Amino acid sequence: MASLLFCGPKLAACGLVLSIWGVIMLAMLGIFFTTHSAVLIEDVPFKEEDMHNQETPLQPIYKLYNQVGYNCFIAAAIYVAIGLLSFCQVRLNKRKEYLVH
Amino acid sequence: MIGCIRMSAFRSEEMCLAQLFFQTESAHNCISELGHLGLVQFKDLNPGATTFQRRFVKEVKKCEKMERILRYLEKEMVKSNIVIAAQKKEKEIVPCPRDVLELEFTFEKLEQELKEINRNHDALRQNLVELMDMDSLLRMTEDFFEEAESLLSCSEPPSEDSMCMTVTSRINSRRNSSVSTGGLLHLGFIAGVIKQERFPAFEKVLWRLFHGNFVLRHAEIQATEELQTKRGPAKKDVFIIFVQGDHVREKIRKVCDGFHASLYSCPNTMHERKEMSSNILLRMEDLRMILRRTEEYRAGALIKAADHIHEWSGKVKKMKAIYYTLNLCNIDITQKLIVAEIWCPVSDLTLVQNALIKGSEQSGSGVTPVLNRIQTQQIPPTFNRTNSFTEGFQTIINAYGVGTYQEINPAPYTTVTFPFLFAVMFGDCGHGLVMTLLAVWIITQAECFRKCKNELTDVLVGGRYIILLMGMFSIYTGLIYNDCFSKSFNIFGSSWCVRPMFQPHGPWHNETLHACDHLQLDPVVPGVYSGDPYVFGIDPVWNIASNKLTFLNSFKMKMSVILGVSHMLFGVILSLVNYVYFRNFQDILIEFVPRLIFMLSLFGYLVFLIIYKWCITVRSDVAPSILLLFINMMLFDYQSHQYYLYKEQKAVQIFLVVTAVLMVPVLLLVKPLLIYRTQMKTKQQVFGNSVNDQHGVDTRSSFSQHQRDETVGMCDVFVYQAIHTIEFCLGCISNTASYLRLWALSLAHAELSEVLWRMVLQVGLRFSSGMGSPLTLALLFAAFGILTVAVLLVMEGLSAFLHALRLHWVEFQNKFYEGSGYKFTPLSFDRLLKTHQE
Repeated sequence: MASLLFCGPKLAACGLVLSIWGVIMLAMLGIFFTTHSAVLIEDVPFKEEDMHNQETPLQPIYKLYNQVGYNCFIAAAIYVAIGLLSFCQVRLNKRKEYLVH
Repeated sequence: MIGCIRMSAFRSEEMCLAQLFFQTESAHNCISELGHLGLVQFKDLNPGATTFQRRFVKEVKKCEKMERILRYLEKEMVKSNIVIAAQKKEKEIVPCPRDVLELEFTFEKLEQELKEINRNHDALRQNLVELMDMDSLLRMTEDFFEEAESLLSCSEPPSEDSMCMTVTSRINSRRNSSVSTGGLLHLGFIAGVIKQERFPAFEKVLWRLFHGNFVLRHAEIQATEELQTKRGPAKKDVFIIFVQGDHVREKIRKVCDGFHASLYSCPNTMHERKEMSSNILLRMEDLRMILRRTEEYRAGALIKAADHIHEWSGKVKKMKAIYYTLNLCNIDITQKLIVAEIWCPVSDLTLVQNALIKGSEQSGSGVTPVLNRIQTQQIPPTFNRTNSFTEGFQTIINAYGVGTYQEINPAPYTTVTFPFLFAVMFGDCGHGLVMTLLAVWIITQAECFRKCKNELTDVLVGGRYIILLMGMFSIYTGLIYNDCFSKSFNIFGSSWCVRPMFQPHGPWHNETLHACDHLQLDPVVPGVYSGDPYVFGIDPVWNIASNKLTFLNSFKMKMSVILGVSHMLFGVILSLVNYVYFRNFQDILIEFVPRLIFMLSLFGYLVFLIIYKWCITVRSDVAPSILLLFINMMLFDYQSHQYYLYKEQKAVQIFLVVTAVLMVPVLLLVKPLLIYRTQMKTKQQVFGNSVNDQHGVDTRSSFSQHQRDETVGMCDVFVYQAIHTIEFCLGCISNTASYLRLWALSLAHAELSEVLWRMVLQVGLRFSSGMGSPLTLALLFAAFGILTVAVLLVMEGLSAFLHALRLHWVEFQNKFYEGSGYKFTPLSFDRLLKTHQE
């Protein structure tokens, strides 16, 4: 069991806090991207030709929005995994602390 | 009674000076009860006496000696890794002077015992080390002797007595003396141990002295773990020198002494050496066992002491505090009565009385101590009763200056204005939320934090409620600025619409979009601006507008001026409260009213202009700049083509400026002239009296002296008044400008936040090349989070904290706060023990 512990208590706690923040913020960003919020226009990687598309106006932009949104959701899932890992580390650290005393 | 308690938040408590009389026997218990109460400050009744002249100096020295012993014990415990039991929460009973002797005796005995054990332990260890050295010496010289034996066996037979050795021709001798391989020489030897780093020098010295007439062999002692723990990391070498003649051996012995090499006598024959070796091994075993026993005994003694050490140390500290306090009192001639003078809050007199009665009952004396309140002209200390919430704010006010006795206390207002001004400069609801959560975490873990005795955590724990309020207010101002990690929320629907700008309502076509890089939404075109502003805060459309800063700068600057003038007006009004409380009605008329009029007529009018211009509709190409209006008002510059915001503007402005200018001589001259007049009146009275007495020359000379003093006094008064007037008038202008830092810092924060988003997170969001993008996004988000906390929360937070604090200390408080009091420092055992634990 000891070999599973690879970071100290402080690093694990920081990791846990960062992952909770990451999950919440990236999930919200994902929601805002998939609802095509105008404020986030700068964050969408559109190119000049997407603007000049006459047949289906705005559809390429919306598709890009959705793509970025899905990226955000996947990143949030990555942070869920990191959060669980950090939580395990925190628990292992606490157990190690109790064992010594 | 309840009214009194509540009033104490607004100004410092009313204090009284009281005399205490108690008997010498009950003194100890009474003072200890007062110390537990923590509401009484003892005045020094022997200010002329040095520390060594005081009555109880011997007892204080005894307490200090006991503290030293306790510290030594603690250090020993820490060295042997013995856990000191956590402090129990019960109140320790302070021992009376009789028990002090017993405690002192216990301490001294413990100290002596421990010192002796340590001495023995060290001696035994030294012995063991020597034996180990000798053991390794014996083992290594075995090799040398074997080498010698083997060489001898192939040459002549050895002689019986002294050890013979052939000298090999590998020795380099400068004199090339007759050292032949076949010669049989009678050699003696010296064996010892020397530190490895000294060995080369040692060898060089021997060469220089004996010109090579010797054989030196050395080998490093293999450092076993046991050896390392006992001796330490120093490496040592074993050496053996073979020389001819006794005289030379004496010289070598002296050289060895010089190099601190320890010499051991080594027997000649192998049989003897073997016997010695086994002897040494036996002795080493014995020594090891004795050492173990010594260590166990020591640990046992320390563990027994560890149970009590907190209790003892608490008792000793309290005793020292009591003796120190007794040193401040007066002992009368009969040595039976102690007189003390104390400052204590008037509302707590009954509590103090009860504590004294309890103390005297404990000591068993029949006479109750007497508490006698006396009138005095001296200025009492300033006492502000705080709870754990207001304590932080009171601390930051006191850091600038402790309030004068009974003047108004700015701390209750600071609980609101300080976080608010901070939030105006910090204004971001995302950062505010993180700060609030951090504060909540510190508040719930406050006990844990207090245990780690780190200065940084102490500051954080002391200010936890301040941080909480700062975070909550920042969320509010973040919602008003509509700024969350530099992005805006569109909760209520923006009031601006782009579609009406196109044909047929407005001037744009599809080609306009392709041709131009920047387009301007014109609110005059119907439909573009809905007419109703955004419900709460700044419209989210400004977040994506390129002239966002032009709009926000104007808004934030005007807001800073409005907030600044309001804050300063509030300060001036608080000075009115001070004047009323101290019954200084004259000053209300000659200081407060002119100041208020000056401020309102100039800066109040500026605020009015700002708000008026916001409320009316003016075409933007003709709208006058408020700053230019104000400057022209002060310079009386009224040109005919200037645009006026309202019809009577010129007349009103001239009236206001003239009023303000008239207030300046009022402030400068009226008060000193009144003082002069009252002094003249009293002088006439004195003069009249002295003419009636017939003292002639004496009175006149003393009178002229008095007159000279008076004129010097009048100069002082005029200059003092001039300084204060100039400070106020010029200060009004400079302080109003100083509040513009609210704008500057909020701009800096918003820009930093936007740069961080654009440079870090946007790169991750725009990165969309297949599989790697969510991972890149996750990594870049981690960087974004860390940089947000480090740069935006910590650095900007500290910066905004500092500037908000400066605004309070200088711009707000110099309107009313004197801050020339001294703090009430009661004898409090809780505070004593807490500060000593840190």
